[in-house]
Amino acid sequence: MKKNWKEVEIALITKGGTAEEFKTGDWRSEKPLYKSDKCKQCLQCWLFCPDSSIIVKDGKMLGIDYDHCKGCGICSKVCPFDAIDMVKEEK
Amino acid sequence: MTKIVAKTGNEAMAEAMRQINPDVVAAYPITPATEIVQIFSSFVSNGEVDTLFVPTESEHSAISACVGAAAAGARVMTGTSSQGLALMHEVLFIAGGLRLPIVICEVNRALSSPINIHCDHSDTMASRDAGWIQIFSEDPQEAYDQTILAMKLSEQLFVPSMVTTDGFIISHAMQRVEIFDDNEVQEYLGEPKRPYNLLDVDNPITVGPLALQDYFMEIKVQQANFIKESRSKIKEILNDFNKKMKRDYSVVEKYMMDDAEFCFVALGSTAGTLRYTVDRLRKEGEKVGLLKVRFYRPFFEEDIVESLKNIKGCAIFDRSDMFAGTGGHLFNDVKSALYNSSSRPFLKDYVYGLGGRDIDVEDIESVYRDIKEFTENNGKGETVKYITVRE
Repeated sequence: MKKNWKEVEIALITKGGTAEEFKTGDWRSEKPLYKSDKCKQCLQCWLFCPDSSIIVKDGKMLGIDYDHCKGCGICSKVCPFDAIDMVKEEK
Repeated sequence: MTKIVAKTGNEAMAEAMRQINPDVVAAYPITPATEIVQIFSSFVSNGEVDTLFVPTESEHSAISACVGAAAAGARVMTGTSSQGLALMHEVLFIAGGLRLPIVICEVNRALSSPINIHCDHSDTMASRDAGWIQIFSEDPQEAYDQTILAMKLSEQLFVPSMVTTDGFIISHAMQRVEIFDDNEVQEYLGEPKRPYNLLDVDNPITVGPLALQDYFMEIKVQQANFIKESRSKIKEILNDFNKKMKRDYSVVEKYMMDDAEFCFVALGSTAGTLRYTVDRLRKEGEKVGLLKVRFYRPFFEEDIVESLKNIKGCAIFDRSDMFAGTGGHLFNDVKSALYNSSSRPFLKDYVYGLGGRDIDVEDIESVYRDIKEFTENNGKGETVKYITVRE
């Protein structure tokens, strides 16, 4: 629900980190597919992802955050082990 | 306890700044406002204030540093004039939009071209739509008082303020000024109040985010509404200032208006000359008064309309031109304020004093004769007249 002019924060000063609330996943035309069997946990994908969409826990790559991944394909390109494929996004 | 001293407008403003003791002053020098921050910088070097003084490479940088410091929760001031205020222009809107309590000591000076260092109001008028409170001063006393008042207003309302004096006429003319005790000023202002604080690391915030079609209008309506509503709050704060600091200021000041048939309306230092001329004309039996507009922004429309309700003919004194073929700024604002009023005086604009051109009692007396004649002729003829100009 969008705020009206009385409810909106003064001068639109908002709390930090609100970009997380904005889902950009539906911008995708291509989708990265993670193949865990090929992954050597080098974390190059995590390092290069411009949208913080590589899910890492305890130093391990677990998969992709499809709510925010825009499908740019950088992770697939930088992966030295061919562990991420780009496929057409289908509804 | 007040102390009586002799001070120029610039010295009076610098003294007010010393007593306010802002956290940050970022400034760049410009005639005729240089002295304000120059004197203040010696207070900094002498350890008389706790201020971080940031000498910047331009006015654009000065006001930008002020915006950053104010967003970080600091009490912030600067001083400028003319081209300096013009160079600040884009950032003035940002400060207004971000609702940051910054105070500018602004000395009215003509804008180029031709280059000129003397007084008119074109610089301040050019920034009238930036979302700032604009207060005009008649003399060094008002410049001093209103600088302190502006800090209070800005911190209570979250709207930046500029307090103006007239270049050289006030800025460099020495007059008697009553100065408060340092602790009175500190007590009056209290702790700085902020709408938000960028440096509150426990509650991180985003200042100045992007707002497009879906939010921009809500933010601007919020700002517009706040400015509209601020008028009653300004009156409250002004009354409180009068009570605590023993002054007698009002948003628009009426002089000999009760039985007046004709009146002058003006901003700034010329109000003094007009008051003197009113006295002279009154001695000759003329029913004339003066309306001095102290707050130009926000515009106290209702107070002005109410003050003019029994007036037959009204001479507006404008020290600036809008270059729209319709006269000066004050004339246009007063004229539109009167549009919905049932009792409208005949209104004529007298543009005077551009680039510091002097105006004297005889000039004003001839304006008086002219507005009388204009009124007797039911407002026929030109409504804008440039006076004290060679023809």
